[in-house]
Amino acid sequence: MCTHKVLLALAFACGPAFAAGPNLGTPISRAELAAWDIFVLPDGTGLPRGSGTMAQGAPIYAQKCAHCHGEQGKGGISAALVGAPPIKSLDSPKTIANFWPYSTTVFDFIRRAMPWQQPRSLTDDEVYALTAYLLALNKIIGEQDVMSAQTLPKVKMPNRDGFIPRFPEKMPPGPEREM
Amino acid sequence: MDKYVPVAGNGLLDRRAFLRGGAALAAAMTGYAIKPAAAETLSDPEWSNEPGTLVPPYGVPSKYEKGVVRTLSNPNAEPRTQHARTPHHRLQGMVTPNGLHFTISHAGNAEVDPERHRLAIHGLVKRPLVFTLDSLARYPMVSRFTFVECGGNSAPLFSPEPIQANVQALHGLASCAEWTGVKLSTLLEETGIDPKAKWVVAEGADAPRLSRSVPLSKILDDAMVALYQNGERVMPGQGYPMRLLLPGWEGNMNVKWLRRLQLTEVPGMTYYESRTYSQILPNGKAYRFYFIQEVKSFITQPSVGLAMKAPGFYEISGMAYSGNGRITKVMVSADGGKSWAEAALQEPVLSKAFTRFRIPWQWNGGPAVLQSRAWDDQGNVQPTRDEIVAHRGVAARVPPVLGFPSQHFNGITSWAIDAKGEVRHVYA
Repeated sequence: MCTHKVLLALAFACGPAFAAGPNLGTPISRAELAAWDIFVLPDGTGLPRGSGTMAQGAPIYAQKCAHCHGEQGKGGISAALVGAPPIKSLDSPKTIANFWPYSTTVFDFIRRAMPWQQPRSLTDDEVYALTAYLLALNKIIGEQDVMSAQTLPKVKMPNRDGFIPRFPEKMPPGPEREM
Repeated sequence: MDKYVPVAGNGLLDRRAFLRGGAALAAAMTGYAIKPAAAETLSDPEWSNEPGTLVPPYGVPSKYEKGVVRTLSNPNAEPRTQHARTPHHRLQGMVTPNGLHFTISHAGNAEVDPERHRLAIHGLVKRPLVFTLDSLARYPMVSRFTFVECGGNSAPLFSPEPIQANVQALHGLASCAEWTGVKLSTLLEETGIDPKAKWVVAEGADAPRLSRSVPLSKILDDAMVALYQNGERVMPGQGYPMRLLLPGWEGNMNVKWLRRLQLTEVPGMTYYESRTYSQILPNGKAYRFYFIQEVKSFITQPSVGLAMKAPGFYEISGMAYSGNGRITKVMVSADGGKSWAEAALQEPVLSKAFTRFRIPWQWNGGPAVLQSRAWDDQGNVQPTRDEIVAHRGVAARVPPVLGFPSQHFNGITSWAIDAKGEVRHVYA
């Protein structure tokens, strides 16, 4: 009788999944995940604290980005980051200003992947500053605008509505399927 | 002798001619008797008169095969993407050897220590979990043959003029292997799924932490965390020690060095899905979330660079595959699409895997244009190049040989053969 109660309590505490499979994963807390949990969604979910401006971004860009992307984002051994050449054909260059649909992707990609030789070496403030610098050079935000978790998701990119899914039936329900 | 009668223009023979066996092939060679090998006196070569070399711990191909290698787009590892393309014209069968499987790495191959690698599953789950390689290797596993193809494979065919390059350069960003690993549905049973979850953002442990959003429905359908490739651990260029495998879906989504799966309600709109792997359309809009590698085929033998030395018998052979299912039929033309004959499909014919096709051909020594066209069991047919271009447009300028004017080209490829037996890439 006593044993029965203990088993029942165990099963209740661990839930049905515990009984079924190999259960060789280890539960992980949000704090333990923090260093990897950097993903930013278009609505701003996942953006960290901090902020930055074009003025703060300019010297960081000159020191850490211009080597590949050219002065003021004009392009070098890597793609130009400034400019919106018209999209005329399928092989037109896709730039932040003429193509990227979400401002959050600029922040997310700089933070996860840049600079090329030392990804994740920038502080969150530096990533905000570089994001502000590139968006302002592209005249998508004003030169004085401060980018932060509150302001960045509100920046509407020029080409936000320029996309359609190839096979809508393969898309989960949501606005992306209806485009 | 009926079976050696051409069944389509320019000398295509019945695909069953050799399966039936029997009569001497020479009967088919009307007008072109096979020349016997030049008379020579046979003698013992040196390798027959002395012991051979040390048997190595890990075997590699013969030194005489050292030309059978991948081609590198960025051999000095400059700060940009590296591509290594599969030499289809030097291979046979349906499986790509591990060392020749195509690789694209957007910032080099990460050198992951398997002891320290972790896979975290979190977000809209009931119980976030982290797995080691050792723990994953204890789960029930599944194996399946499936191709992986880069969304940009075959992109040079968007060029306004046919680019003179071989099948490795044009179609070398697709390969096929037997992958073994743990189904993601098994792991998600243990984390539990919040009913709000519709997408899974997958992330690699490489320098750009490459990330892509995948519909949860695909993850639960046939996705796996692959640990083995053709029997051995996944190669470094395929994401050692583990990769996401999404059978039939765009290569870039099969995230390598997989370390994190975050369940979300909306897609992440990552750099690679909202920018790089989106395709501009003639109306100025762009496809985003193409997902499927659609039905395609191309002839690997003969092909550019494999000059034919004399008229006579050749086997035309190539690869067909569909991200939607199983190949049901491949038709081959030797006269630029005026007439077609059905090719034999080499067993096994598996869903979302390479299928080798073959058809015997009697080349009369005159001009010929070889084409192949594939069908799958979901009713899809490979389009002509004209059909694709009418829908998707054409590049404004001739791209570099290894350039990517757009992605997701699955049209027909045409090889023209001249009277000298030289093969050229043409639009026909």
